[in-house]
Amino acid sequence: MSTWRKPLTKAEPVARRWCVHVLPERCKGCSFCIEFCPRKALESSSQLNSKGYRPPRLIEGATCVGCNFCAMICPDFAIYSGPEVGDGK
Amino acid sequence: MKAEKSILSGKHFFQGDTACAEGGIYAGCRFFGGYPITPATEVAERMAERLPAIGGIYIQMEDEIASMCAVLGAAWGGRKSMTSTSGPGFSLMMENFGLGIMTETPCVLVNVQRAGPSTGLPTAVGQGDMMQARWGSHGVYEVIALCPSSPQEAFNLTVRAFNLSEKYRLPVLVMMDEVVGHMTEKVVIPEPGELEVVPRRESRVAPDAYLPFKPDADLVPPMVRAGQGYHIHVTGLTHDERGYPVITKEAQEKLVRRLCDKIRVNRKDILSWEEREAENADVLVVAYGITARIAMLPIQMARKKGLKVGLFRLITAWPFPEERLRKLAGTVGGVVVPEINYGQMVFEVERCVAGKAPVRLVSHMGGSTHRPEDILNAIMDVAKNK
Amino acid sequence: MEMKETHPIDDLIRTDRIPHIWCSGCGIGIAVHCFLNAIRKSGIPPKNFAVVSGIGCSGRVAGYVKLDSFHTTHGRPIPFAVGLKLANDRLKVVVFSGDGDLIAIGGNHFIHAARRNVDITVICVNNFNYGMTGGQAAPTTPVRARTSTTPYGNFEFPFNLAYLAAGSGAVYVSRWTTLHAKQLEDSMLEALGKKGFTFVEAISPCPTLYNRMNKLGTALDFMKFCKEHSVIRHGADPKTANIDLRGDIVVGRFVNVERPTFTDFLEEGLAQGLPHRKALLDEERKEFEHE
Repeated sequence: MSTWRKPLTKAEPVARRWCVHVLPERCKGCSFCIEFCPRKALESSSQLNSKGYRPPRLIEGATCVGCNFCAMICPDFAIYSGPEVGDGK
Repeated sequence: MKAEKSILSGKHFFQGDTACAEGGIYAGCRFFGGYPITPATEVAERMAERLPAIGGIYIQMEDEIASMCAVLGAAWGGRKSMTSTSGPGFSLMMENFGLGIMTETPCVLVNVQRAGPSTGLPTAVGQGDMMQARWGSHGVYEVIALCPSSPQEAFNLTVRAFNLSEKYRLPVLVMMDEVVGHMTEKVVIPEPGELEVVPRRESRVAPDAYLPFKPDADLVPPMVRAGQGYHIHVTGLTHDERGYPVITKEAQEKLVRRLCDKIRVNRKDILSWEEREAENADVLVVAYGITARIAMLPIQMARKKGLKVGLFRLITAWPFPEERLRKLAGTVGGVVVPEINYGQMVFEVERCVAGKAPVRLVSHMGGSTHRPEDILNAIMDVAKNK
Repeated sequence: MEMKETHPIDDLIRTDRIPHIWCSGCGIGIAVHCFLNAIRKSGIPPKNFAVVSGIGCSGRVAGYVKLDSFHTTHGRPIPFAVGLKLANDRLKVVVFSGDGDLIAIGGNHFIHAARRNVDITVICVNNFNYGMTGGQAAPTTPVRARTSTTPYGNFEFPFNLAYLAAGSGAVYVSRWTTLHAKQLEDSMLEALGKKGFTFVEAISPCPTLYNRMNKLGTALDFMKFCKEHSVIRHGADPKTANIDLRGDIVVGRFVNVERPTFTDFLEEGLAQGLPHRKALLDEERKEFEHE
C-alpha cells in the first residue's frame, strides 16, 4: 500500500502566455500604463494617433504577465491584457 | 383595518388644498416629495396621510429644490409624482422645473399663491406669480398652467394637470391661490373611471431601436422608465433624439422648437376657459382663480344697472386663450381685468385686445380679495367712456 | 501586439461617445472603469442600475455609461436619485459626481440623504476644484492653494469629505486615489453590495487646472505622489483621515457600520399602522419584476 498521494492534476501545467491589446485612437498619452506596469514592459510607440498622442506598445522582447493593471489604470479604456491568442509563439 | 380605497368617491366637504391632493390620487399620483410652506402645507399633510395607506410614497425633503428633484426622479422611476408649494418655494423650484421641461418629465407642481414679494403675507392671498409661472425658469420654453376657482376645481384641474403632463410630457403647473386653497366647499369625487385618467405613453419599441426623444406625430416622444433595460440617457444639456448631448445650434433649434411647438401646436386640446355672456358685452371682465368669483357680484350689480357685462374666466392661464379673446375684443365695448397683483395677465389681455377696446386693470397688492365696489366702479367707468 | 477595436468594458460604455471629454491624465475615467468592473462583479444585472450625475467634469459620467443614466442640474443628483430610488426600490441607484457638485451646491442634499440613510451609493471624484468651469476654488480646495478664483491663495478650510459623510450618517465611507484602482474597484463593489447610504471618494489628478496652477506637475507626477504618499489606514477615524497634498493622503475604508435604511425603517414603521401596505408594495414589485 503506497503512502504516496496521487497527484490531483495529471496534466502538465501550461505556462499561460499574455499579450497587450491597445485601442490607439482612444489613447490620450497620459503614460500611466507605461509608468505603473509592474514589468516595465510598455513604451510609447513611434506612431501618433489622430489626436497626436503616442499610444503604448510592448517593448521588443519584454513579457506581459497579464496582471491587467494597465487596463485598470487607463483613464481612456484604451488598453488591456489578455491571453495570447492563436500561435502561442 | 380594511385596505383604504385610493379613490374616495362621493360627496365631501373639503378644503381646496385637500381636494387638490385627492385629485392627484385620483389621477394615479403615488409619489409626493414636498416641503412645508403656508398656504400649501395642507396638500402635503393630506398626501402624508393618504399615500402610505394606498401603496404610495410620501417624503418630506430638505428643501423645495430637493422636492422638485425628487419628483422628477420618481417620475423616471415610473410613478406619477407631484409637489406643492407657494411663492418662496416656487422660486426655489424654478431651475429644476426647467430640467423637467428639458427632459420632458411628466409631473405636477402646485403653487398655492400667497402675497409677495419675499415672505410677504404668508397666510394671505396673492396672484403675483403668474408671470413667474410663465417665465420663471431660464431659457425658451412653454408651460401649461391651470387656475382653479374652487375646491371642486382644485380636484378636477389636478386630475387634468396629470393628464396633460402625461399627454405632453412636461411638468404642469396648478396655479391656485390661498383663498381657493384654504376655503372649504362641497367637493364631489367621481367613481373611478368616470373622469378620464391618461396613462403614461409607454414605448413598445425594442431597446436597441428605441430613441428616447424621438417624437410621435404630436411632437411628444413615448417614454420608458429606469429599470426596463433601455439604458436611456436623460440630460439637461441640449440633446438629440438618442438623448445624447449635442452642443450645437442645430440641435438646439430642433429640440427647443419641438419642446415649444408640442404645446403651441396642441393648444386647442390644452386651452380651457369659461365664458358667461361674453359676446357683444358692453364690458367684458377677464379674471381667474378666486377673483373670477369675487367679480360675479359687481357683474350682477352692473347688469342690474342695465349694462351687458360678460365674464371671461381663464382656466388655463398658460397657454393663454389668445384667439378667443382676439375675436371677443371686436365685439365688446371695454375690458376690465381684476387680479391680485399690479398687472400681469392684463398685459396678455391688452396684447390680444390690440386697441380694439379699452382695457382697465383693477389691481390689488395682495392680502385679500378685491372689494366688489372697486371692480364695479371700473366696469361703470369703462362703460361710460367707450 | 494586436490593435484591437473593442475593450472588455465596452459593453457597459456608450462607445459611440468615446473618446470621452476628460483631459489626458484625468482620473475620472479610471473611476468609471473601476465602477463598471464593480458592476460586472456585483452580480446585479446592469439593467437594474441607474446612474445620476450632476454638473461638472464628473457630471459627464452619466453620459458615458451604457446604463439608465440621468445628467441632472448642478448639485442636485442626490435628491433626484432619492426620488428615483423611492419610486422603484428594485433599482440600484448610484450617484456619480464631483466634489464641487456634491459638497458645495449639493451639500445640503448630501448630508440629508446620509442622515436618512437612503439606500444609494455616492461616488465622489475629488479633484479639489471646479474643473469644468476652469479651475475655481471648491469646498475641498486645500488652504493656500491657487485656483482661478483664489489667485492670492485659498484661505478657507476645506471639508474632509469622509468625515462629513461619516458625521452625517453614511454607513460606508472609503477613500482611495485613482492610482489605487484595484482597491477603488473593490471598495465600490463593497459599497454596491451594502444597503444604505454608502460613500466612496476617489482622489483624482486634475492636470489641466488644479495641478498646473499649484505646480503639482503632470498627471503622472500626481499619480506618483499618490503612490509615494498614500497611507492606507483601514478603520481610521474619518476625523483624522486628512489629505495633505504636500504630505500624506490617508486612504482606506474608514466606516462600515449597519443602520436601517430609510425605506426599511419607514416600511417597518408603516406596517404597524397599515398592515395591508406590504401586500400593495409586493404586488407592485411583481409588476416591475416581470419586465
